[in-house]
Amino acid sequence: MKTSYREALRLALREALIADPRVFLMGEDVGRYGGTYAVSKGLLDEFGPERIRDTPLSELGFVGAGVGAALGGLRPIVEVMTVNFSLLALDQIVNSAALLRHMSGGQFSVPLVLRMATGAGRQLAAQHSHSLENWYAHIPGIRVLAPATIADARGMLAPALADPDPVVIFEHAQLYNLEGELPASPDGWACDIAHAAVRREGSQATLITYGGCLPKALQAAEQLAADGIEVEVLDLRVLRPLDTDAIAASLAKTHRAVVVDEGWKSGSLAAEVVARIVERCFYDLDAPPLRVCSAEVPIPYAKHMEAAALPQPERIAAAVREVLGV
Amino acid sequence: MSPRRKQETPAAAPAADDSALPLRLLADMLRIRRLEEKCAELYGAGKIRGFLHLYIGEEACAAGTMHALAADDNVVATYREHGHALLRGVPMNAIMAEMFGKAAGCSRGRGGSMHLFDAARRFYGGQAIVGGGLPLAVGLALADRMRKLPRITACVFGEGAMAEGAFHESINLAALWQLPVLFCCENNLYAMGTALARSESQTDLCAKAAAYKVRARAADGMDVRAVHAAVGDAVAAVRAGGGPFFVELQTYRFRAHSMFDPDLYRDKAEIEAWKQRGPIHTFSAQLKAEGRLDEAAFLRLDAAAQAEVDAAVAFAEAAPWEPVADLLRDVHTPEAAR
Ligand SMILES: Cc1ncc(C[n+]2csc(CCOP(=O)(O)OP(=O)(O)O)c2C)c(N)n1
Repeated sequence: MKTSYREALRLALREALIADPRVFLMGEDVGRYGGTYAVSKGLLDEFGPERIRDTPLSELGFVGAGVGAALGGLRPIVEVMTVNFSLLALDQIVNSAALLRHMSGGQFSVPLVLRMATGAGRQLAAQHSHSLENWYAHIPGIRVLAPATIADARGMLAPALADPDPVVIFEHAQLYNLEGELPASPDGWACDIAHAAVRREGSQATLITYGGCLPKALQAAEQLAADGIEVEVLDLRVLRPLDTDAIAASLAKTHRAVVVDEGWKSGSLAAEVVARIVERCFYDLDAPPLRVCSAEVPIPYAKHMEAAALPQPERIAAAVREVLGV
Repeated sequence: MSPRRKQETPAAAPAADDSALPLRLLADMLRIRRLEEKCAELYGAGKIRGFLHLYIGEEACAAGTMHALAADDNVVATYREHGHALLRGVPMNAIMAEMFGKAAGCSRGRGGSMHLFDAARRFYGGQAIVGGGLPLAVGLALADRMRKLPRITACVFGEGAMAEGAFHESINLAALWQLPVLFCCENNLYAMGTALARSESQTDLCAKAAAYKVRARAADGMDVRAVHAAVGDAVAAVRAGGGPFFVELQTYRFRAHSMFDPDLYRDKAEIEAWKQRGPIHTFSAQLKAEGRLDEAAFLRLDAAAQAEVDAAVAFAEAAPWEPVADLLRDVHTPEAAR
């Protein structure tokens, strides 16, 4: 079935709402408006305002209410319009959701799913283009997911809801319109939320990436293949806890790594991945690992400037040539 | 600020005919007082560490409030929560062991004084971010409403929290969705060293709640009967529907904000004036005047409280430490419990 990333997310939401009466969706404009990115369009009509719950502009309040509702026995899915606005709710995510289990000596778990859009590329300027997945990936007590494919958009919600602990799902704004084939059977899209996935096999270098940069990395790999360079593309998928074994397995084969991350290079998730490569795979390496990240600048509005700030297939391909010394 | 402020006259306490209740209230205030005095002493001795926020002077608030709730209701509290935890039924042994950081503590020693939790008693903390518990309370109430459970959720916080956005977002949500939340503001006039009038443009706290169309009333937080009556009415009103209720309990802490606080921001005379209205001695004097209590009975209650404290200290002293090998436990739910 041909479908979009957006529709795949909606299918997963619908399925979750039908499967479990404890599940409800809450957030700004998820109901009447249909969701900022139209993900929840139509769900209000089908499930009603109790379960498709529009909230006021109160990120801290409704994310915290989601934590409370999870403590109270429900399975809330809370949508925050974008990661930029989630900063207003950071207290409840970092100081409540992630910590309650440990601070209570294991008495309370918080089965909350938090969905938010992330990333740049739509000329929305700095306050709507952040990529702060690494901030969340820093926090013990939460699981952080980044579906980059239509299958993952379809498949990640169910295991996230089944997780008794808080899960944060990042949906890259550039991916919503992505179209492709969604296998009809769950065998084709059902997934665990623990493992990275090899999206393209290759032997000469590994491109490690996630989320909105996956299509760019795959494009770069295509370009390189045209020149006879075979790169492996590893999609991290799960940003916390990182699947270090998958990274190590790929490097044992390719011996060269380029990490692609839309976050700023300083303190990025890419920095963490490189650190793990150095700690774990140092003697497998034939070249220093490289990073392709966003320029250290608030994401500009002008199209050419925005494009220049973000990782692009050309820069990714150039980095691969550099680690290969060709 | 004068120790006496305007209050509504409380309606008759719903449980006033419960003849055992007054002595229970007194006994419970004594239990909190003796527990905390001991905590201060143990802090001096280095047995209890970290932040320790004592509630001495405010006991009428916890006693009146917790006795007005049903066992099945939810309670969310702050870091000044020893009294609330105790009166919700968390065993004093488990509280004291938690203060010591022992594995037998009510949070397995992971929380300490500021993070007392008890799932079985629906006690949700122990929240040390000012205002942080308010959205949780709204969510708990939302869950109960959606699950059609008759519980209400009481959220205890200080007047300082009302300057935080979390208060405004939470009370708005609770009112908008008509959720069964009891907002219990324990107004002890100071947020650390910041007096209410130095932090809020509107110092009439009930007016702030009323701005969200939430029913609100103030009560004398030094008078346990007044607290019990006011909160009792509010609880009944919330249970009957019609959404949240805000109660301001006008109280005062006799001790510093925490053990690190030299308490330089308020007059000794002010503290002394409030101590005249201390909830334990005024209430026991009342009970004596009413012929419900004599000195011997008071001493028996006090001795029982002290004995409970001594036993809790002995328990905590003897309790084992959790092995460091368990450091990483309870960050996530273990496989077996999933
Ligand atoms: C968000 C936040 N800011 C600051 C603090 C530091 N702090 C701890 S208690 C406190 C005062 C709070 O006063 P109030 O809410 O009136 O409660 P009280 O301590 O008087 O019971 C402050 C500023 C904190 N814990 N959390």
